[in-house]
Amino acid sequence: MIDPQLLRILIALVGILGFVALNALALVYAERKIAGHVQRRPGPYEVGPHGILQPLADALKLMGKQLTTPRDADPVIFWLAPILCFMPVALCILPIPFGPNLIALDLNLGMVLILAFAGLGVLSICLAGWGSNNKWGLLGAARAVAQNVAYEIPLLLAVLSVAFMTGSLNLATITEGQGTWPWQWNVLLNPLGFIIYFICALAETNRAPFDLPEAESELTAGFHTEYSGMGFGLFFMAEYANMIVACSVATVLFLGGWNGPFAPGWWWFLLKMYALIFLIIQIRWTYPRVRFDQLLNLCWRWLVPLALLNLVYVTIIVKL
Amino acid sequence: MYRLEEIKRAAQGMWSLIAGLNITGKYFLQPNVTIHYPRQEVDNLATFRGHIELIPEDGDPLTPRCISCGTCAKACPSGCITVTKQKAPAPTPEEVEQGIKPKAPKDPETFRLDFTLCSLCGQCVMSCPADAIKFSQNINIAGYSRQDFYFDLVARLRSRLPKHINKAE
Repeated sequence: MIDPQLLRILIALVGILGFVALNALALVYAERKIAGHVQRRPGPYEVGPHGILQPLADALKLMGKQLTTPRDADPVIFWLAPILCFMPVALCILPIPFGPNLIALDLNLGMVLILAFAGLGVLSICLAGWGSNNKWGLLGAARAVAQNVAYEIPLLLAVLSVAFMTGSLNLATITEGQGTWPWQWNVLLNPLGFIIYFICALAETNRAPFDLPEAESELTAGFHTEYSGMGFGLFFMAEYANMIVACSVATVLFLGGWNGPFAPGWWWFLLKMYALIFLIIQIRWTYPRVRFDQLLNLCWRWLVPLALLNLVYVTIIVKL
Repeated sequence: MYRLEEIKRAAQGMWSLIAGLNITGKYFLQPNVTIHYPRQEVDNLATFRGHIELIPEDGDPLTPRCISCGTCAKACPSGCITVTKQKAPAPTPEEVEQGIKPKAPKDPETFRLDFTLCSLCGQCVMSCPADAIKFSQNINIAGYSRQDFYFDLVARLRSRLPKHINKAE
């Protein structure tokens, strides 16, 4: 007999990979459409009605392109990096409760699993930059490491504040700890924690205005300068998948997960998640990229002290 | 004091971030200002400066208003205009008898424009005493070789190309 738990995880992994790939297509389209409309132009329009098939054409193009390894690059590290970048994301989605029963792996330490595997992302970026034997790549990798190590701390403190309130690291328990109505969600009890988490999530997923590791104007493409075809495609998909993970976690921790007035369920979860993703995309097309010293100043001089203050505030709330 | 000042600045910065999102959010909901180019054209083509073309006579759309004086060729800083006058027709026997020399027609035989050199400055249009030159509105001009941009404007006028034809000549 096959272990039902194993079967469940296998089905969940296949489902998650499909979900992630479809989402990458949809989000690329959404990103370009939103970018277009923010700048008051139509965005992709030619492939299919209103350009709806554009991401499909892009994907075919990426898959059809030749994979080149730069001379003097380390081929093992170079090709390990994109795979290592994409794989942990699938694991990060496993413990996320999309609905009351829609959870792949109900772990007591789900939050820790997500944080641990999200940390692998920076390793893959570091390997990618190091392995490509390219000065832009190396600079991008150095920036990514400095940035992610710095932003991990306020992120953890913000997550910790929620863990204090709920007394659990199980994402399903955290969801159930919040009520049906918006004023019962953690975002209103702990607004500073939400803001800190959101800023750190932007930095962790290397999204604008914190996209210094790939900073087109300074580093051509940063850590993925040398990648062609699906090597680049995997980094690309990982970026969008990371956005999904970051927004899902924000939804669970602060926005009440699948809770919602009138028929709670996975649709509430997806609604909140995509609203956050929309906000992230809008932020990308609104703010200019920060300078590196500004990035680290913001983290060490503002977010870390504020996150610590927030912890004190949360403990007082819990005590009362 | 210094810390307070910094906190105030940070608060103002946060407010400006929200203001920025507000602006892009509003723009997101407003209609597009661009057009779908190959299917639509902008509505201010009258101000477009294409290569020059000859204006025909009022009653005769095949004869240019040009008097072959060559002022435009002299005024052109790039030297891209060459005008050749028409020769006088051979005199008829009666004219020979009466001793009259036939006059050459005023309009030019050829009006050559080397558009590869033209900088669209408009000196020729301004200097023309007969007001015979104007900018064309051929926005889709394209060609495969340099020779595609050597025009004979008289022949172009005679062929009476409709406006906005894609081919150069």
